[in-house]
Amino acid sequence: MKDYEIIIGLETHIQLNTETKIFCNCKADSWEAEPNTNICPVCTGQPGVLPRLNEEAVRKGALLAAAMNAEINPRSLFDRKHYFYPDLPKSFQITQLFEPIGKGGYLDLHMADGETRRVRINKMHLEEDAGKTKLEHGQRMVDLNRGGVPLVEMVTEPDLRSGEEAAQYLTQLRELLRWIGVSEADMERGHLRCDANVSIREKGSSVLNTKTEIKNVNSIDSVRQAITLEAKRQIELVEAGGVVEPYTLDWDADTGKLSMMRSKEAEADYRYFREPDLRPVVLSEAEIAEIKASLPELPYVRRQRFVDDYQLSAYDAEILTSERGLSDYFEQAVALYAKDAKTISNWMMNDLIRLMNDTGKTARELVLQPQALAEIVRLLDDGKINAATGKSLLVKVEESGKSPAAIVEEEGLGLIADADSLRTQIEAILAGAPSEVAAFRGGKESLMGWFVGQVMRSTGGKADPKLTREILQELLKE
Amino acid sequence: MSYTKLSALDIAQKVQAGELKALDMLEASLAQIQAVDGDFGQLDGQVTDPNTDKKVHAFISLTKDLALAQAEAVDAKVQKGEDAGLLAGVPVSIKDIFALDGTVTTAASRMLHNYRAPYTATAVQKLIDAGALIVGKVNLDEFTFGSSNESSAYQPASNNPWNTAHVPGGSSGGSAAAVAAEETPLSLGTDTGGSIRQPAAFCGVVGLKPSYGRISRYGLIAFASSLDCPGPLARNVPDAALMLQVMAGSDQRDENTSILPVPNYLEAIQQDVKGLRIGLSPDYAGIAYPNPETGAFEVIPVQREVNQAVLDAAECLAKLGAEIVEDVPMPHTRYGIPVYFVVSRIEAASNLNRMDGVKYGFSVVDPKDLQDLYRRTRSEGFGMQPKLRILMGAYLSASSKNLNYYQLASQVRAMVRKDFDLAFDATAAHRLDALLTPTTPTSAFKRAELFGDSVLMQYADQMTVSVNHAGLPAVTVPAGLDDAGLPIGIQLIGNDFREDTILRVANAYEQVTSDAAWRKVRPMALQEVK
Repeated sequence: MKDYEIIIGLETHIQLNTETKIFCNCKADSWEAEPNTNICPVCTGQPGVLPRLNEEAVRKGALLAAAMNAEINPRSLFDRKHYFYPDLPKSFQITQLFEPIGKGGYLDLHMADGETRRVRINKMHLEEDAGKTKLEHGQRMVDLNRGGVPLVEMVTEPDLRSGEEAAQYLTQLRELLRWIGVSEADMERGHLRCDANVSIREKGSSVLNTKTEIKNVNSIDSVRQAITLEAKRQIELVEAGGVVEPYTLDWDADTGKLSMMRSKEAEADYRYFREPDLRPVVLSEAEIAEIKASLPELPYVRRQRFVDDYQLSAYDAEILTSERGLSDYFEQAVALYAKDAKTISNWMMNDLIRLMNDTGKTARELVLQPQALAEIVRLLDDGKINAATGKSLLVKVEESGKSPAAIVEEEGLGLIADADSLRTQIEAILAGAPSEVAAFRGGKESLMGWFVGQVMRSTGGKADPKLTREILQELLKE
Repeated sequence: MSYTKLSALDIAQKVQAGELKALDMLEASLAQIQAVDGDFGQLDGQVTDPNTDKKVHAFISLTKDLALAQAEAVDAKVQKGEDAGLLAGVPVSIKDIFALDGTVTTAASRMLHNYRAPYTATAVQKLIDAGALIVGKVNLDEFTFGSSNESSAYQPASNNPWNTAHVPGGSSGGSAAAVAAEETPLSLGTDTGGSIRQPAAFCGVVGLKPSYGRISRYGLIAFASSLDCPGPLARNVPDAALMLQVMAGSDQRDENTSILPVPNYLEAIQQDVKGLRIGLSPDYAGIAYPNPETGAFEVIPVQREVNQAVLDAAECLAKLGAEIVEDVPMPHTRYGIPVYFVVSRIEAASNLNRMDGVKYGFSVVDPKDLQDLYRRTRSEGFGMQPKLRILMGAYLSASSKNLNYYQLASQVRAMVRKDFDLAFDATAAHRLDALLTPTTPTSAFKRAELFGDSVLMQYADQMTVSVNHAGLPAVTVPAGLDDAGLPIGIQLIGNDFREDTILRVANAYEQVTSDAAWRKVRPMALQEVK
């Protein structure tokens, strides 16, 4: 068998998380709404209505272009793309063909083996989503709730070489979308949808052979599996002397199978022309600069900085930058704590993430803000509380909203740091253990731990360990 | 004197003063409709009236209940001493291309015969808010595609009140006929290539096409989105100014509306015309028409009386102190129609795509499948004109064409615009305040005379269409009768958003000719009404 390589391009549709739809005032989010309850004359294409562009969609589209290293178009235009389908009320989709919001761009994939692969973006434009149709009791039902939700369509160059790389692209894209806050990027809810174009060629060749298009690969696992399966099919077909035909294939995630939808004979004629009802989208130099400036530090860069600046392990850095809010939390806590970052990292990796999982909250949503975390760690450092109290304080702060110091005070969780009262208690303990005292004084200094344990037991763990040691040393020397 | 002869300004003033009840005004308007209109246009309707040829047939439907409620509200406001609005108690008819919440909005097409609009067009809402009484929907060419009203799927279509054997023009033919026949003093029309001005000229009334973006298009069922303008038809210039005053202004629902402040038109038109520079152009003396064999342009001169009316008007205005500037070159006027064939057809085909039988309007029963639903709905629902325009629009915008016709046409459109830019340029040779032209090459033609020849029908718009390409305002005012006793209109074209200037010139002309013998002649359809 010859040596083949797989050529993959991904076409993604990204729902922007704007407040309202792209051309009307309906809410953009219709999740779990009854069919056709989030609609208006505009998004149902009534005769006589006109679109009005949602500026938030433009801003989020431009921000995504910036995040993808694309050029933000200072003057983009909308066009009409015509086709008939029941879920498309105007029988044309308002989209951007000739002057899209973003030009060029790329995403660098950071593969598990440490390699980086650059995936170039072929096109990126704003458009409106269509509604949905489904068959029910032999009838085709139309739901227009989704019609008019803002989308960015983003298509890569055929730069991906394996199902794994395609999966990595989607993983990083999803992370990026959430990180910059332009999309919820929930694939199950259709916020991020993907079609994959797959072809094969002999290694070393530079031709692009006939490709097939796989529709509905709407999870990261599906992308990996479907592409791998389709590439295998094509290779076997060609090896057996067959020819790849330009099919459109449907991926069924439940059965893990591909089925042929239709053969793509001729490109449809969409009769594109400039949308006369919308003005050009003009972004001034200042506005573009402002959008670029509002772009946060991107996940991969921040991850590397956490390793370099805070000496975190690659693993910890990855976990702490898995979500932008969490990484911001970490940096704020480190700054407030103003001592070593590793301590904060440990607390977050072990305890804070558990708290987030238990409460189902994101770092931003926690009541326990970085200020409180830093305070707890400082109380521990200062010997005011012990480690067990520190951990219990996390939950208590989260539940009560009170400051850690206030809780310690109210519940008497502080360590006994009053030397006189501690001395009295220790004297009593020593008095009750004359043989151990004698043994210690006779040179068996390893008994120190036993004495400390006794003190802790009698004080319920609240004795300041440092002070306890000091008093023990002093009294046992006598 | 019958109330229906009153101007809109007089009605509003009398109603507000308590001298005339809105309800009585409404009754008078409905009685006039009853007297002159005859059978309303209907789909597959049977005509039984032996006198149907002598009737006006302006209307498709009445909105009596709505008008009644509006009249009562106006009267109640007046009773309480409140401001009842600029159009208090003024009956207004609406071209049946505007959405009006809860009413059937047909576009004179089988395709929308059962379409009940779920919202109201901005222009209509502004009329309602100003105290107007919306009495009904008037006929038009199907989807506004035509210049005679004959293409309406709602027959009988409107006749010309001056001679009912003639067409009222189009596409706002029902509007022009309703105003000329004193059924309503005002009517809301639309103008894409001349659809307000041509019927206004044919029916001897005033018609204003405002600057593109001066009045919101929201709720106007689109023909060609980059050309469409709603506008007033009225019996005199001050009434047209009044109606414009009410409807003009920016609208959040139409991105293409202008945010420029709306001037006080009624004040502006009171000024005289001394020193205003009014141009005449040889390029508006005839219709330039490409010979289908050779492609060379041939020029057919406009009707003698029409040309004379323009020259007479120029003389009148000169006597009032305006400066007449002759020989203003408008060389790209002849490309207006060819460019219109491209731009309007491509936009129209696109705008009609939504009529698919899925959501509203006409839909065939028991389609075999989705394709069958689309094909049969569109082939049975659309009349000849929409079909021709869809075919041509689809052909011109097909991606298989090597040329991007839309883009090319847009470039030529910019050249048409440039003629006007030069003519109005305050630092160039002509420095015009208005260009004076014929509105139409001829007076109203006979029914069936041109119908069927879509190309020839279209070339009748050459005097008006350039203004739509350029987005400029233009007004037509009656300027006499031809030898056959049919009205003649003259057109004044202004610079961007200078409706105030052209209305001012039009008003001065109207004032100075108020005693002319031709103004005493009454339309035929009214002579028979006692």
